[in-house]
Amino acid sequence: MSISLKNIGKSYGAVKALSNISFDVKQGELFGLIGPDGAGKTTLFRILTTLLFPDNGEAKVSGYDIIRDFKDIRSHVGYMPGRFSLYQDLTVEENLNFFATIFGTTIAENYDLIKDIYEHIEPFKDRRAGKLSGGMKQKLALSCALIHKPRVLFLDEPTTGVDPVSRKELWEMLKRLQQKGITILVSTAYMDEASLCDRIALIQDGTILKIDRPQVIIDTFPSKIYNVKADSTYRLLQDLALYPDTHSVYPFGEYSHFTSADPDFKPSDLMRFLQEKQHSGIEVSETPATIEDAFMELSKASELIDN
Amino acid sequence: MRTIIFLLVKEFKQIFRNKPMLVIIFMLPIIQLLILANAASYEVRNIRFAAIDADQTPYSRELVSKFRASAQFDFIAMYPSEKMGKEAVQQGTVDVVLHIPQNFERDLQKEKKSQLLVTINAINGSAAAVENIYVTSIIKDFNKTVQVALRNAADTAQKPKEVIAIPLFWFNPELDYTTFMVPGILVLLVTMVALFLAGMNIVREKELGTLEQINVTPIKKHEFIIGKLTPFWILGIAELMVGLVIAKIAFDIPMVGHPGLLFLFASVYLLVVLGIGLYISNFTETQQQAMFLAWFFAVIFILMSGLFTPIESMPVWAQVLTEFNPVKYFVEVIRMVMLKGSSLKDITPQLVKLGLYALVINALAVWSYKKVS
Repeated sequence: MSISLKNIGKSYGAVKALSNISFDVKQGELFGLIGPDGAGKTTLFRILTTLLFPDNGEAKVSGYDIIRDFKDIRSHVGYMPGRFSLYQDLTVEENLNFFATIFGTTIAENYDLIKDIYEHIEPFKDRRAGKLSGGMKQKLALSCALIHKPRVLFLDEPTTGVDPVSRKELWEMLKRLQQKGITILVSTAYMDEASLCDRIALIQDGTILKIDRPQVIIDTFPSKIYNVKADSTYRLLQDLALYPDTHSVYPFGEYSHFTSADPDFKPSDLMRFLQEKQHSGIEVSETPATIEDAFMELSKASELIDN
Repeated sequence: MRTIIFLLVKEFKQIFRNKPMLVIIFMLPIIQLLILANAASYEVRNIRFAAIDADQTPYSRELVSKFRASAQFDFIAMYPSEKMGKEAVQQGTVDVVLHIPQNFERDLQKEKKSQLLVTINAINGSAAAVENIYVTSIIKDFNKTVQVALRNAADTAQKPKEVIAIPLFWFNPELDYTTFMVPGILVLLVTMVALFLAGMNIVREKELGTLEQINVTPIKKHEFIIGKLTPFWILGIAELMVGLVIAKIAFDIPMVGHPGLLFLFASVYLLVVLGIGLYISNFTETQQQAMFLAWFFAVIFILMSGLFTPIESMPVWAQVLTEFNPVKYFVEVIRMVMLKGSSLKDITPQLVKLGLYALVINALAVWSYKKVS
């Protein structure tokens, strides 16, 4: 196992940031940590990168214990924090050189690993890091996190605030790094990125809701999902909540995703109900489940348990 | 070693790229030195003086004219009544009012004594104390003249047996306040640069998030700290050098002792100040917090350093506290070396104390610096 956690817990005063987190990430796996802001993703990253000690539980990264062998971990992992954390007043090349030096290596030594990524920003190597665009900053940060040839790469929300093209490029880069045998743990709040991971853990309020391959999570979604649309979206959501058989309803782009508590649910019944409520432009059609649907369903279930 | 050198290079690049900051680091202390050296002085000049002469005799006029002739006093007016004198002090247009009562001359001649009323505006206590001394010395001087006159008239046989003390001010013969203040102000400037820059620098990396990125690298604690503090140690020494040159050129401050001694002492002193800066940065999260904490220490250290008020006049508990004030030692030593020409042997006690201080504070700072929270 490249990363393994057992019952990791961490509290900030009375706030429980993480409780009983356990999972394993295999060597060379691209593992996604999916959850909303405040779910505890960053805390978990800080624990695994030895910036923070957990209150309880144990974890190993690349075979090293996060508490006992924290010094070894630092030489063997790459960490890209959610916030751009390089020196804005140093140039692209100086930043890369700096991190290479403090890891006791040189750019030339591991150039093959970062070549694909660094090539994009090499023309701007004399530009100060603070003057780069968001996507270029991202590539520089990734290059710096890779310069010492880490066995495990931690990326905390690498796509937050990044344009769609750069997001796509980043995921392609991660896929290529994975092929070079690097284990990657990546977190994101974008559910649509989940399908790009080998396996994902859905996390909310410091607990893990589910761990599996994205496709399995979608395939095992328990009920049928319907896309519902009407001219007045706001009124539609309110009225759907009043429908007696409603199990869940929440906005999903231009549609509302609706599931019924009744196993024999017929779309025509719902259409009639909405017509009675004076809605116009009504559409009801079945749609395949997504990770987001699964997440909403699971978080609803966990809330029920909590209450 | 390679890592430390690389850290130093990086730190200096960052310092020299921050052009406005560089100007602040070197220009502000120079301006401060020029302003403070001329302004910060215990001398009280241009005391606004008024008199009420109810006697109107040769003696009373003689006394008033002594004040008018004095360099310290600016004569404002003669007031016809005590009421007007009081009003003038109330309004703040006059600092000192001398009230000569009626029969001043007669009493002096007949009874050999007379009384004078002096009103001093004591809003600023220390200025008032100095003004009182000036007033007393002029009246004393007047007394002497009168005594001589009276004796001449009466018994010339009895020669006055007066003891006259002639003060000799060593190491600053003319009691020049600039000579006294400039070395102290130099200490203040070096302290500010080192304490604030070092404290702010690490906290800034915390704020920017770069410290977190550094903390996940295998860099050693001591490498990082040496890399962080050395640039400011060098800047502090450079600051002292610039300051000494200005002290010589602009104020012609003597350098009786060996300047090498000053730099030796400064190099240990800076270790203490940088250690305090590092300590502050370990316990703060933002530059704002660090700034206030640094100010807290700076104000206490400077006001209790003997730079502005003599330590000997502080209460005993405060004197004990000053033993832990690094600024005090440097102010002492810089004055000793520059004005008195003290040797290494003379400053050894201070040097040893400061050395121990440096050891303790840096050990504490390194120990409290944590890469893991």
